[in-house]
Amino acid sequence: MELKDKLVSSFMAFENNVDVENPVHDIRTEAIKNFETKGFPTKKEEAWKYTSLNSLRKIDFSIFPKTENTIEYNDVKQYFLHEIDTYKIVFVDGIYSSYLSETTHDGVDICLMSSALTKDMYKPVIDVYFNKVASKEESLTTLNTAFSREGAYIYIPKNKMPKKPIEILHFATGNEASLMLQPRNLIIVEENAEVQIIERHQSLTSNNVLTNAVTEIFAADNAIVDIYKLQNDTAGASLIDNTYIDQKNKSVVKVHTFSFGGKLTRNNLNFYQNGEYIDSIMKGVTILGEKQHVDHHTLVHHIEPNCESHQDYKGIYGESSTGVFNGKIIVDKIAQKTNAFQQNNNILISDKATINTKPQLEIFADDVKCSHGCTIGQLDEDALFYLQSRGIPLKEARALLMYAFANNVLESVRIPELKSRINALIANKLGVSLGFDL
Amino acid sequence: MLKINNLHAQVEDKEILKGINLEMKAGEVHAIMGPNGSGKSTLASVIAGKENFEVTDGSVELDGEDLDEVSPEERAHKGVFLSFQYPVEIPGVSVTNFMKTAINESRKAKGLEEMPAKDMLKLIREKSELLEIDRKFLSRSLNEGFSGGEKKRNEIFQMAMLEPKLAILDETDSGLDIDALRIVANGVNKLKSKDNAVLVITHYQRLLDYIVPDFVHVLHNGKIVKSGGKELALELEEKGYDWLKNEATV
Repeated sequence: MELKDKLVSSFMAFENNVDVENPVHDIRTEAIKNFETKGFPTKKEEAWKYTSLNSLRKIDFSIFPKTENTIEYNDVKQYFLHEIDTYKIVFVDGIYSSYLSETTHDGVDICLMSSALTKDMYKPVIDVYFNKVASKEESLTTLNTAFSREGAYIYIPKNKMPKKPIEILHFATGNEASLMLQPRNLIIVEENAEVQIIERHQSLTSNNVLTNAVTEIFAADNAIVDIYKLQNDTAGASLIDNTYIDQKNKSVVKVHTFSFGGKLTRNNLNFYQNGEYIDSIMKGVTILGEKQHVDHHTLVHHIEPNCESHQDYKGIYGESSTGVFNGKIIVDKIAQKTNAFQQNNNILISDKATINTKPQLEIFADDVKCSHGCTIGQLDEDALFYLQSRGIPLKEARALLMYAFANNVLESVRIPELKSRINALIANKLGVSLGFDL
Repeated sequence: MLKINNLHAQVEDKEILKGINLEMKAGEVHAIMGPNGSGKSTLASVIAGKENFEVTDGSVELDGEDLDEVSPEERAHKGVFLSFQYPVEIPGVSVTNFMKTAINESRKAKGLEEMPAKDMLKLIREKSELLEIDRKFLSRSLNEGFSGGEKKRNEIFQMAMLEPKLAILDETDSGLDIDALRIVANGVNKLKSKDNAVLVITHYQRLLDYIVPDFVHVLHNGKIVKSGGKELALELEEKGYDWLKNEATV
């Protein structure tokens, strides 16, 4: 059976396990109708021109795990930021693992979407926020909405900041030959509140995993939100990450995306600036090899005047890997004094690697500053010679230059332990040990 | 130590070195002077092993070993050091970490263990004092945002750390004010010994007031057209290069 048909027919089975009287279920029902009409996007659509889901659609994914699986902390410790204390919301094959998690209700809510969607005390919040910024049209987002049941729920009230960063981890055990996961996250950061979140999807085997995630983030006036996405999954794992961010006056939201692994990764990162003096920051480092594919699709919608957006994506593509960067910026007519910057720099280190990069600017205001630049190049021969002449072998010299190339994105990581973790991942990805922490 | 025989080298089919002969012994300082475009920097790069220069004839020997086919990093491990005219910026890699990597890669190539951290720190402290380099400077990203003088001083600091057998200083004086020039030259002089050799490449005589050469060679149009003692540098400063160009054509 085609994956679409399987998903649509699974919806009925899904309905047996959720409260169909809950108003949230009306949203799910609408969503599955939309998905049924539209199906999976194909390469005929402009937004999916360079990313094909065809091969994934032919895989016979389990839509729900057959059994509840457990894993030991020691088996997955390496994927946690264990050097520092963090809150943890952990899922194993899509099911919450209380054993591996550390949640809280102490002044802030760092807990589960399943609770938020079903318990009365959260209803007022769910009514206001759930599915309010996520697209009701885009088919993969509506597919996730239809099956929304579990994920992370984070609510930071006015003037609060959790004592430590929050890790959201999704593990796939590989106990199913092929498993589809659809986590749904809701993150609300109220006025003057602040939060740091690290997200990771990790398969523990090379079995097929397809994750179609949706995260809604609401940043109220003066809120500060830092999101770090670590994408370093195994060769059987594919990820479609749909993130929707609603920002109000003077809020600052920063999303860092580090893409080093997986089979196919598609990042749909959407910012909506519903206020003034907002700053939206997107940074990414992509380092790929083998036949890996990463597609970064960003959207910034400047709806009100006096806001800024900054995008800086660096890509290093080796072997037969392929990359896509598509950065769309819309500046509405009333959004005067907008400053929108976009930069995408790429290095191809193999003749077989490909990058498709495209800025897409739709500007309707006349008093704005918008700049975009993309470059595709190779490593500088003179710089390589400089390093070699100091006794550094070619492979290490190349790694140092690639690291230097990605450096300004790494510089803005605000959690030092996370930064050194990312450095280690980069060194590992580049296959070098330089005798110091990069 | 260094023996260059009838060296011809070209880049993209353009011949730049047209038969260079030069011999340097341990303990000697040689200067190569010459007008712009005479091939000075090319000679420096060819000795250090830059791959986009093709050696079409002749040879470069270090201690009797032909360096043809020897990679730049292996030449460095054998004791060749080139101070660059335009050092490259490496953001995110501190001077200290860069030196650790360079030293330990060299040691690895020689089958030695990595240098213990405390020895490394001691060495860094000692050599940075020699070049009057501030400690804070060492934690900055290599060459990033350095002034011209800081870059050159950092090159000589690297030379001090690596203790090469043959040091080639390519236009090390350019971009230096007189104080920085004195510090750099003083550093080079302190590193000089009976076991190593220094090849100073310069357009002007100024640096040679501080690093006094045993021999001066004039390069013109890819060939050494005149060699002499240190007084030749003074003569060049006075008369310019034109009389030699004429002499060469005759």
